[in-house]
This record gives sequence, C-alpha cells and structure tokens, in this order.
Amino acid sequence: MTINIPIFHLNSIGPALILTVTAVVILLLDALSPKGRRKAFFPQLSLLGLAAAALQTYLMWGSKGTDFARMIYVDNYTFFFYFIFILGTALTVMISRQYLEDYGKNMGEYYALLLFATVGMMLMAASAHLIMLFLGLEVMSIAVYVLAGLFREDPRSNEASLKYLILGSFSSGFLLFGMAMLYGAAGGTLYLDELPKALAGHSTFAQPLTLLAIALLIVGFGFKVASAPFHMWTPDVYEGAPTSVTAFMAVGVKAAAFAAFARVFFLAFPAFRVDYTMLLWVLAVATMTIGNVCAIAQTNIKRMLAYSSIAHAGYLLVALVAANQLGAVSLLYYLLAYTLMNLGAFGVVILVGRKKDSYLNIYDYAGLGFQHPALGAAMALFMFALAGMPPTAGFVGKFYIFSAAVQGGFIWLTILGVMNSLISMYYYLRITVLIYMKPAEADLGPVAFSPGVTAVLAATAAGVMLSGIFPGALYDLAMNAVKIFPGL
Amino acid sequence: MLQFPILTIIIFWPILGSFVVLAAYRSPRLVRWLSLGISLVEMALVAALFFLDLQPYATPQGTWLLLEDYAWIPWLGARYSLGLDGISLLLVLLVAFINIFSVLISWKAIDFKVGSFFFWILFLEGTLVGLFLAADLLLFYLFWEIQIIPMFFLVGIWGHENRIHAAVKFLLYTLSGSLFMLIALIALYVMHGHQTGIYTFSVYQLMQHGPLGTTTEILLFGAFLLAFAIKIPLIPVHTWLPDTHTEAPTAGSVDLAGLLLKTGVYALFRFAMPLFPYATQLFIPVLLVLGVGGLFYAAWIALAQTDIKRLVAYSSISHMALIVIGIAIWNVTTLSGSLLQMINHGLSTSALFIMVGMLDERTHSRDFAVMGGIWSKMPVFSTFFLLFALSSMGLPGLNNFVGEVLILVGAFKVKPVIAILSFVGIVFGVIYILRMVQDCLFGQPRAEHVFWDLDFRETVMLAALALAVLSIGLHPGPVLHLLDQPIQAMLQQIAQLGLP
Repeated sequence: MTINIPIFHLNSIGPALILTVTAVVILLLDALSPKGRRKAFFPQLSLLGLAAAALQTYLMWGSKGTDFARMIYVDNYTFFFYFIFILGTALTVMISRQYLEDYGKNMGEYYALLLFATVGMMLMAASAHLIMLFLGLEVMSIAVYVLAGLFREDPRSNEASLKYLILGSFSSGFLLFGMAMLYGAAGGTLYLDELPKALAGHSTFAQPLTLLAIALLIVGFGFKVASAPFHMWTPDVYEGAPTSVTAFMAVGVKAAAFAAFARVFFLAFPAFRVDYTMLLWVLAVATMTIGNVCAIAQTNIKRMLAYSSIAHAGYLLVALVAANQLGAVSLLYYLLAYTLMNLGAFGVVILVGRKKDSYLNIYDYAGLGFQHPALGAAMALFMFALAGMPPTAGFVGKFYIFSAAVQGGFIWLTILGVMNSLISMYYYLRITVLIYMKPAEADLGPVAFSPGVTAVLAATAAGVMLSGIFPGALYDLAMNAVKIFPGL
Repeated sequence: MLQFPILTIIIFWPILGSFVVLAAYRSPRLVRWLSLGISLVEMALVAALFFLDLQPYATPQGTWLLLEDYAWIPWLGARYSLGLDGISLLLVLLVAFINIFSVLISWKAIDFKVGSFFFWILFLEGTLVGLFLAADLLLFYLFWEIQIIPMFFLVGIWGHENRIHAAVKFLLYTLSGSLFMLIALIALYVMHGHQTGIYTFSVYQLMQHGPLGTTTEILLFGAFLLAFAIKIPLIPVHTWLPDTHTEAPTAGSVDLAGLLLKTGVYALFRFAMPLFPYATQLFIPVLLVLGVGGLFYAAWIALAQTDIKRLVAYSSISHMALIVIGIAIWNVTTLSGSLLQMINHGLSTSALFIMVGMLDERTHSRDFAVMGGIWSKMPVFSTFFLLFALSSMGLPGLNNFVGEVLILVGAFKVKPVIAILSFVGIVFGVIYILRMVQDCLFGQPRAEHVFWDLDFRETVMLAALALAVLSIGLHPGPVLHLLDQPIQAMLQQIAQLGLP
C-alpha cells in the first residue's frame, strides 16, 4: 500500500507557520532561559513575529487558489482577515505587558497562547473544508480557554475559564453534529466549493437533513460570535477574564468566527439562502436588541462592553443577512473598524483600572476628562465611534451595513438596526457624560502611561478618525477581498 | 470660476483654529483673544465673498455661484462638493456674524475650562458653515450629525443646574430624527441607483429621479421631515428646545436659536422638498396645520412663562412656525419672506438671548419675579432691550416686519385663511413680548440687585446687532436680491417636473 502525499507549498500557510514558530520559540526561551531576567523581551518577540507574518501576508496579496489537498484557500478574503487578526493580536500584545506585570503574570506562555490562538483564527479564515474549519476553531478556542483562566488565583477568572470551556465545548458539539449531517446529506463531501452541487440533487431526505445541519451550524457559530440566544456566557466571561484577554476575545475570536461563518454560508448553501436568511434575520434583531437593552443596565465597564460586543455581533449579522457584495464588504470593514475602536476602549479600561482592576465601575470615569484630558478624550472618541457617530470609522461601518441591508430589500431590518443604534447611543453617551459632566467621585491619582498602551491609544484613535474620514482605501481592499464570492 | 478653494478654507479655518485654541488652554486670556481673532478673520473671509463679483454658472451639480467639487468616496458616488448660492451665502454670513457674539458674550461668563469651551464654539462654527455649503447629501449628513456633538458638550459642561438632563435630551432627540433620515437617504440612493444606473449622493442629480411611487415617496419624505421638524422645531417634537435653552450657557443659546434652528428649515427647503416634490404637495396641509398650530401653541405657552429665557425660547418656536408656514405655501414671495425671516430671527432672537444672559450675569436670576424697574438703573441696556423686543414683535422699520409682511402677503394671495390665522398668531406674539418688556423694564424694582450698565464690550455687541436689525428693516433690497436667483431656480426646477 502506498500513501500518496499531495504536493503542497508551505508558503501558503506562511503567516500561520511564522506565528507558530514564534510561539514555540517563546515557550522554549521561557523554559530554558535563566530565572530573573527572562520576561522582558517576549512582547517584542511576539510583535516581531506578527510583523513578519504581516509582511508575508502582504507579499502573498493577490494570489488565488487552494492548497494542502484543497483544504485551505489562498485568496484575498483570507488575507484581509489575516490582517485583522494580526492587527488585533499586535494591539493586544501592546496593551498586555504593564497590565500583566501588575498581576505578576507577565509570562511567556501568555504570548505563546495568544499567537497559537491567532494561528487557529487564520486557519479558520482560510479553511476550504469543514474539518479544517473545525481544527482551526479548536486550536483557537483551547488557547483562549486557557487565556481566560490566566489569573488562576482569581476566582472570577477561573469561573470565566470554566464557563467558557464547558459552554464552548458544547457549542463545538453542535457544530460537529451539523457537519456530520451535512456529510450525510451531501453524500460524502465537506469541501465548501463542492457542497452546493452535492446538496442539490439527492434523495428527498437530503433537504430536511441539510436544513437541520444549517441550524446546528448556526448554533455553533452563533456561540462563538456571541449572538443571542447563545450569548449568555459573554458577560460573565468578559468580566472575569483578564482585561487584555477580554479585548482579544471581543475582537479576534469574533472576527475569526465571522470569517468562517460568512465563508461557509456564502459559498456552501446558495440554494438555502431564503431559509437561513430568515433564521439569521431573527437572530440579528434579537442579538442587537438584547445586547443594547442589557448594556443600559450595566455599571461594570467590562460587562457593558461585553453587551456592546453582543450588540455589534447583531449589526454584523445584518451584513450576513443582506448577503450581497456590499454586505460582505461591510462585514470586513466593520470588523476592522471594530477591532480599532474596541481595542482602544479596552486600552483606556486597562489604564483607568490600574492596580489589579480596582476601577472598573463606570462611575470611576466621572471627571476623567478633566483629570486626564487625553485619556478622557480618547474614551469619548471610542464611545462615539462605537455608537456610530460620524466622522468615525464606526459610522462608516454602520453606513455600509445599513446600505447593504437596504440594497438587499431588508427595510425593516434596517429600521430596527437604526433604532438599536439609538438605544446604544444612550449607554455610550452615559460614559461620555460621566467623563466630562460629572465631578470626580474619587481622585483617580496619577495614571501610569506605559509606552505600549499609549501607542495603542494613539494609533487606534488616529485609525478610527482617519478611516472614518477617508474610507476609500479600506473599501478598495475589502472589495478586492470579497470578489471571491461569485454568487453575491 | 475660482480656482482658489475659498469655501474649504471658510469651513476649515475655524475648525483648525479650534484646535489651536485648545492647545492654548493654559492661558484663558490668550484663548479669548485667539478665539475672537479667529472669528473675526472668518467673518472677513466670508465678507470677501461679496467682493468676488460672483455670477451663477451651471455645472453638473447644479447652478451655483461657486462650486468646489472633488472625489471623496469614489465607488459610493459620494463627493466632497461644496456649493455656494445666495441662500447659503446669507446663512454662512449669519453664522460668521453670530459666532463673533458667541465669543464675546462668553468673555467673562465662562470662567472655567475656558480652552475647551472656545474649542467647541469654534468647532461648531466650522461644522455649521460646512452644513450650509454641502451640496452632497452624504457630506451634508456628516455635518448634520457632527454639529450635535459640540452643542451637547456646550450644554452639558457649561450649562445650568439641570444641564446633563438637557444635553442628553437634546442629543437623543436630534439623533433619533437624523437616524431615520439616514435610512431614507440610503433608500433614496439605492433606488436612484437602480433607476438610472448612477449611484450618487449629489443632491442635484438625485433630484432628477423618476417617480418613486407615492407610498415610497411619502415614507422617505416623512423620514426627512421628522429629522428636520425636530431641529426646527415644529410641534409636537419641540419639547427638547425649551429645556435645552434654559440650561444652556448664553453662547449655547445664541448658537442654538440663531444658527442650529436654521439648519432644519434650510434642509427642509433645500433637500426634502425638491427631492420629493410629490410628497411635498401631499404634506403641505400637514405642514400648514403644524405651522399654524405651533404659532398659536408656542405663543400661548410663552404667555405662561415666568423665566425670561424660557419665554424667548417659546417665542423662537412660534417664529419658526411662521417660517414653516411661508415655506409650505411655496411661492416666490413667501419663500423670500421665510428665508429672510430666518436671518431676522437669527439676529433678533440672538440679541434677546444675549441680553437675557447679561441680566443673568447681574441678577443671577431670570425670573420675572425679581425683575422690574430696570429702565431707571440701566437706561442704555433697556433701550437696546426695547429695540430688540420691538424688532421681534415685527415693528415696521425693523427687520422682522419685512419678513412677516412678505409671508403674509404671499400667503394671502393663495390661502387667505392661513394668512389671517397667521396674522392673529403674530398679534399673540405682541402680547407676550410686551408683557416681558413691561415686567422687566418698567414698574417698581421687585428685588435688590447691583446693576451696572453696559460696558464697552457689551455696547459694541449690541450696537452691531442693532445696526444689522435696522439696516435689514430699512433697506432689505440687497438681501432679497441675493435670495431671488436661487429661489427662482428652485421653483423653475420643480415646475419642470410638471406639478400643479
């Protein structure tokens, strides 16, 4: 018996490979270097690896095809998401260091796990086969489960980790069930590009089986993107996990899940568009509404941002429902914009929280604008951006999403989305009101501006403003990326 | 055609200046003088437009005196296009003019966080100028939304006791309207694109759309109208205005009454009506009812006020309602009257708010109960107060009279009942304004206050406003001449669509 190993190019998974190597090197250095002065350079090393991965992605931009026995796609859609993941991870690395040192947790494995999670995200975005997708998902999830429990002396961190692990495994089970049924319905294939044909002409059992499979896939993805009614874990996990990990989850995990979500649904089920659109419509409305309404009642800033992240998942689902080219573009654009504004906001949360997160209540932000003008202005900017006020990236993203929905004929969805924006305005505004219009309740004292967080705040604030005023270049990139979906 | 991008400079000069002012926050004195300098230069720049000898010329974006047009978001068809015609020229002039007073009136009244205050004042000026110049619907929407933010901070930080409530109410109210406008705007864009194959936000090109279907057009117009009615404000969506006015600092009230309210009428006239002419026809009775209703209702409520600032705020609603009546009747005379009345209202009401602010500085109260007998203590102040009150009432020879007469005459020709009702409404206005004058200036003083008459800064401000009030009242020709061409153009354009 001979085993045929198909031809493959390591180059095709270059960015993921670079990050894997970086992560392994960090782990080895952490284990082998003498105690005492070993932790200093891990963030720099991670950033170096991320930069190399970004460069590799940049060099591959424009290529098109599949590799590894058609298990992964090599195309611009993949690369665009690589950029989002790399950006998200790099910003997370930069806000982490000071924060972790406060807890005495600036360990090598933290950075290694971040990088491994990023590799998982990349594989998810690239996957051309559902098993590949599942592998990527698990690589990412397991790393994030551990990260959420990083502060192992802190019961809330433990709770977060355990909750995420148990519910996450459960949702993975749903996803696998869905894939298994799909395998049966399609008569033995899970390649995304073969599925439409395979699902088209088969026995009468194929259709209900496919519908069931689609529903189960939606459950699995819905959990990862934190969409209602699969969102229950989000506030607890976001609150309990270390703030830097929360930022990473809100941005990276969500983007990765949406990357796979969109690819699978745009490619594999054209014949079932009407059915799944109906389901997603309901999910989108429920997610937006629950996220926004619950966020109003929160007094913990991390919980508020958790609900806000649920609401944003709802807006992104609107883009999926629209299922047209603009919808796909808006999905990509919004995820990038969301990465910038959300990481910026979490950067402020880390700076204000300080010293083991003692200032996480929203009322701790009272008077911030005049005690620390730059910090207050940055937070106000991110709040306005998250609320979707022009001229920020948040407005452009929402504008694209709603345009896509109108173009797709989903007027009521748009109206509900806009009304949700209005609700969200209230709680984002409350932070701004506290920052500028209420006297400080307690003297916040000096804030230690570490260079990493300062750089993140400056970069994200500039990015949010610039991509809001000149959205042209990013739109072109995103448009380039979604051309791979011929059916849209 | 002018190659020099003067319109862009007029928009971004105050915005850039605002950041300079913010950077100088350590020295309040420097901040004040810098802000005054920036406002004066802005005024000079706007005034320079009058010396350019501009002639209207046709472009693919419509007929303008000046047009600056660059690609902005190419694949969306959104352009950075600024158009100047007689109407926007007048309104931009009003913005630049009023803004000087906003700076001057805050000279002593604002004594904390001075840098941030003048930052927002100048920033607001820039966005308002941009709003009045935008010839692209998306660009307009951008400015429309941004202008909310400075006002929110002005009221919320430097306002009176209930300022946070007022600021949040203002923002949520305005935003709820404009978000619906956003949907309508996107829908119009998409439908126009489907019909013609050209995806564009250019207002002029959007007007060339074919019939959209009555229901669609009504819905779209309704969404636009909601946004603009909240800003104007028409009853029944006016309730944010008295609260915001009462809590706002004087400069905030001046900007709000003098400038922000004008954006609603301007947008209604410039965008909503020409874009949806059929729906406009159907909505005219609604607008007239809301207008006449508002005229009476606001005057009625104004009579019951005990706070001078609230009274002026309600008089504002009443005046704006008359302007809406003029717009709704839609002929050359009433349109000229309404647009002129926007300028007049901007001048007179701003002046009244400024004077209420001065009273507040002296008595630390705006209650009628503690006023009275001011004439004997502050004769110069009282003379000016009387002048602006009379102007607000529509005394012949002063500015409001011209606008009101044009609206009434124009209305009488087509809808005599409306004209008569409006006239009665105006008489109503006379009652509460006379009551205000009587309670403040005359009679016996009802409380002990240390009064001092106007100082040099205050006298200069009021004299300049009085001059403007008088010159429009006695010689409105040049202003009306400016308005004539754009109004004719717009009427012609609508007429080409073959409406009754």
